[in-house]
Amino acid sequence: METVIEQIPLEKTIDSSLKKKNKIEVKNVKVWYDDFNAIKGIDMNIKPNTVTAFIGPSGCGKSTFLRLFNRMNDYVESFKMEGDIKVNGKNIYKKKVNVEELRKEIGMVFQKPNPFPKSIFDNVAYGLKIQGITDKQLIEERVIDCLKQVALWDEVKDDLKKSAMALSGGQQQRLCIARTLAVQPSIILMDEPTSALDPISTAKVEELIFKLKEKYTIVIVTHNMQQASRISDYTAFFYLGELIEYGKTKTIFTNPEKKQTENYITGRFG
Amino acid sequence: MNSIQKNRLKDQLFKVWGIGCTLFGLILLAVFIGDILIDGIMRIDWKFIIDLPSRKPEKAGIYTALMGSIWILLLTTVIAFPVGVAAGVYLEEYGKKNKFSAILEINISNLAGVPSIIYGLLGLEVFVRIMSLGASVLAGSLTLSLLILPIIIVATREAIKAVPKTVKDASFALGASKWQTIWNQVLPASSGGILTGVILALSRAVGETAPLIVVGALAYVPFAPESPMDEFSVLPIQIFNWISRPQHGFIENAAAAIIILLLITFVMNGIAVYFRNKWQKKLK
Repeated sequence: METVIEQIPLEKTIDSSLKKKNKIEVKNVKVWYDDFNAIKGIDMNIKPNTVTAFIGPSGCGKSTFLRLFNRMNDYVESFKMEGDIKVNGKNIYKKKVNVEELRKEIGMVFQKPNPFPKSIFDNVAYGLKIQGITDKQLIEERVIDCLKQVALWDEVKDDLKKSAMALSGGQQQRLCIARTLAVQPSIILMDEPTSALDPISTAKVEELIFKLKEKYTIVIVTHNMQQASRISDYTAFFYLGELIEYGKTKTIFTNPEKKQTENYITGRFG
Repeated sequence: MNSIQKNRLKDQLFKVWGIGCTLFGLILLAVFIGDILIDGIMRIDWKFIIDLPSRKPEKAGIYTALMGSIWILLLTTVIAFPVGVAAGVYLEEYGKKNKFSAILEINISNLAGVPSIIYGLLGLEVFVRIMSLGASVLAGSLTLSLLILPIIIVATREAIKAVPKTVKDASFALGASKWQTIWNQVLPASSGGILTGVILALSRAVGETAPLIVVGALAYVPFAPESPMDEFSVLPIQIFNWISRPQHGFIENAAAAIIILLLITFVMNGIAVYFRNKWQKKLK
């Protein structure tokens, strides 16, 4: 096991003993949709090369919170935000920030597999093409490499020209992960990536997440308690727009500090 | 009779009523087309298509009117297609959703319902007189463009709305800009729907008569237009002109010209259906 502290007091920086810098630092973030206060002041630091799981009942703000990191909430017209979020030490909500550049650094995988209605190859190559990369050899190498990383290569290597829509749900989701990897982000956000998948596909994606941790920092929203306990290093429990408890997954699941957390993870509410 | 039987009876009654209503329209249309075919099919030959208009019905052809219609169709496409699609993309993707946009939206739909002769009057004032384009192909095309713009805009918006938000999200999340997302994802995915709308709008334009008469299209043009500034006639006007003549020969000519015009619109609608089917398959 890596050296991590046993328990993290709420609303304090996680750790000073670790030498690694925080990948994501969140300071007193509040979010409104019109008058609805969706996030009520959250502080959180996320370590590099870890898997952090966000758990909590529906509507508790965990997806909203996740989407803050790559500014996907910007498209919601009623969205308002206060506070600071730093990624790699840079405040991503400053006016000058290039959102497109930010999203190359922070990839995202969505709840429902959402491949483009294009070929398998073009799906993975899309991120490179919009960057203006035209070197065919580079694109091809990257596509193959990413498909191998998500263990999809052997299943699709003869069908790269076929439409991605013809793949199974599980294959589509792994393709979406490959598509994200192709842009070479350092952080991958996953919004309930397995909720639309069958158990076998889910297991494959979880295995993949475990492997990806070596290279990437992963933040995952999940409704599945077992999943959170299986794959994550840290777990954050959200309730009604607040961060109730955040700490090492092992601690949260075996010895939570707050009663609410315990009630939720034992299935007594939520 | 219990309630299940009652419901079954209602079901049956509605089915019969529905079949009746469908047949009513279809039979009328069939009678009309049959009548036209009987009157005109014998008149159609290559000579009828390439002959110039004439005072003698057996010598008269539709060449100038047909070329006029093709000119009008092409120019209207060139003008209305980019403008309408761009307006639709703006309203759907860039425009903020507020009261102003709601009013705009209602009024665009209203514009689609304005009688075409009103567009003709507008065209006469703005294009023919103020811009002094005269009774030219260009003035006629601009007028018809105005007429079909609302249809194209509405069709574009509907087609864009049908593109799943998840696809757009995926594109944005990969670092694509708004324009890249529209160009690479939204437009290809909605192209079938947009093309369907554009073609249907154009097939309406090719059958329009009133606005072009107001703009000054002629019933008799001795030559086919050779540039956008030339005077012109179109098929519907030629048909209207022939029908109002007393000689029986012209009635035959009118029927024959109607067959040609119907053929053009049928082919265009067929193409529209083809694109729609292809598009639906792609999105699935």
